[in-house]
Amino acid sequence: MSIQKVQNNKAWFMVLPVLVLVAISAIIPLMTVVNYSVQDTFGGNEFFWVGTEWFQEILASERFHNALLRTLLFSGLILAIEIPLGILIALAMPKRGWGVSVCLVLMALPLLIPWNVVGTIWQVFGRVDIGLLGHSLASLGIDYNYTQNNLDAWLTLILMDVWHWTSLVVLLCYSGLVSIPEVYYQAARIDGASRWAVFRFIQLPKIKRVLLIAVLLRFMDSFMIYTEPFVVTGGGPGNITTFLSIDLVQMAVGQFDLGPAAAMSLIYFLIILLVCWVFYTVMTSYDNDEQSNGGGAQ
Amino acid sequence: MASIQLQSLAHRYPSAPDYALRSMQQTWSDGGAYALLGPSGCGKTTLLNIISGLLRPSEGRVLFDDIDVTDLTTEQRNIAQVFQFPVVYDTMTVAENLAFPLHNRGIARNEIEKRVADALQMLDLQDRANDRARSLTADDKQKISLGRGLVRTDVQAILFDEPLTVIDPHLKWQLRTELKKIHQRFQHTMIYVTHDQTEALTFADQVIVMYEGAVVQIGTPQQLFETPEHTFVGRFIGSPGMNVLSCEVDGSDAVFAGKKFPLNKTVDASASRFELGIRPEHIKLSAGDGMPLTVTALEDVGRHVIVRGEIEGAALSALVKDGVAIPQNPYVSFDSVHVNLYADDYRVASGRGD
Repeated sequence: MSIQKVQNNKAWFMVLPVLVLVAISAIIPLMTVVNYSVQDTFGGNEFFWVGTEWFQEILASERFHNALLRTLLFSGLILAIEIPLGILIALAMPKRGWGVSVCLVLMALPLLIPWNVVGTIWQVFGRVDIGLLGHSLASLGIDYNYTQNNLDAWLTLILMDVWHWTSLVVLLCYSGLVSIPEVYYQAARIDGASRWAVFRFIQLPKIKRVLLIAVLLRFMDSFMIYTEPFVVTGGGPGNITTFLSIDLVQMAVGQFDLGPAAAMSLIYFLIILLVCWVFYTVMTSYDNDEQSNGGGAQ
Repeated sequence: MASIQLQSLAHRYPSAPDYALRSMQQTWSDGGAYALLGPSGCGKTTLLNIISGLLRPSEGRVLFDDIDVTDLTTEQRNIAQVFQFPVVYDTMTVAENLAFPLHNRGIARNEIEKRVADALQMLDLQDRANDRARSLTADDKQKISLGRGLVRTDVQAILFDEPLTVIDPHLKWQLRTELKKIHQRFQHTMIYVTHDQTEALTFADQVIVMYEGAVVQIGTPQQLFETPEHTFVGRFIGSPGMNVLSCEVDGSDAVFAGKKFPLNKTVDASASRFELGIRPEHIKLSAGDGMPLTVTALEDVGRHVIVRGEIEGAALSALVKDGVAIPQNPYVSFDSVHVNLYADDYRVASGRGD
């Protein structure tokens, strides 16, 4: 007796709507950009093939280098501040009782505010004439002005991002922390572990996965940040807060240099893809490590 | 190692209506192997956590070697505890896990190495010393939990909270044997919480049976089997448990189904309820001698057949050796030396024999 395996290819039709949607929302627009990046136009819908010229120009341009460095510095600072701060706040949050919901709501509030509103809030907040922050600092005799001083502009943007997004790290870490069974803490007490040892050997390993997700999200978001600095500083003073995204929009919409802008957005896209790949590799190597060693049932 | 005394110890969780542990007075000797046996929710784990200092009792004192430790923290009490679910430090190797409690106590490096090597050998984990602890199987992880107690040479007692729950059945037996060996070699005071009577009876010298927050009997496995002090102990220990039959008392006789069973003393008849306890092992079936039994079911459990039946409406089980013929209309007789009499659930007399 042989077994007939029924082949039913109808299932492929079910995938079709998704394919169409992805094509319209992602693939076709991306291909348009690729199309622009290898051509030049002098208007009148006439295009000339230029090959990799725009890519070479962008990669060699000092303007791009500076914007890239500024963006990397910004993301680095954001991660260096928000990740440890988020962990600290999550550790300090209560694990049970009425305090839990109060803390969760407070933490969620900044996440609910639209990006451009956040920008506007901080733009007003920092103004020396009417802003609470700016005016208070000025009355204390501190010379603060984010529209003219480079350092002040950076400080304001970083402070704003920390205010806006640390909550996300807190919530992710908190979810990791509350899922640690009580028995681990009991065992640690029996083993005489210090507070630091509890964090280092129980809490940190147990929140490692959510922490990686937090790092990934915060890196991508801060690396692509546009709205808030655009509203607060508009990339200034000078070009000091002109990040890649702001630079890109200036080039594409402001100067209407479609070719170089398309080439730049592809490079920008590839950088983000590369970093995501690095994170993905780190995360899966951590998992593989566990699986390959593991007969462990737990 | 230490003896453990519980003085008028009781515990009620905040906002709970009733006591989780009722007042108890206990002395457990130094170097003993004790098992706390009882059904889920009887207060075993609460008692264990009070002894280890993870929980502070709401009433009474805990003494180690006559020193009051009620207000001391777990670290200060110097207790080792193995939990139901294996706790290992994921990022550390097996050896590092074992060294962890010693590092925390600031012990010299060469001393740590020596003790860890000893513990690895004792637990038969030498080959895995440098493996990541999280890669081990559940039973090896549980060995590490135990090992973190064994490396500390000065522990007052090692407590086990249902440590074999997540272990495969065929490994349970092996691990229990190893525990027993370790106990014989080092004479730690060991307290072992379980709801499994086989585990309790094979591990411990003394079994402490708990029921509804109270200790109902302490004794050797044999005592628990032969003279259960409480009807719960009789029912809980043994498979099937003791038959508990409603009866009457007439001077120094217990009367059940019209038949008199002589007791070893005269019993005051003022209790509200009398019951006669007889183990299924001590019931004889015959074709025409004793009380007529209405058989309701036969269960073949391998070496025995359990005969379930009724005498005057009272349910009863008897054990018959495999291969012995069961009469068509059987009669049962009780081995009267093994009869126990219970007044309001507590044993007041036992059978005298004919």
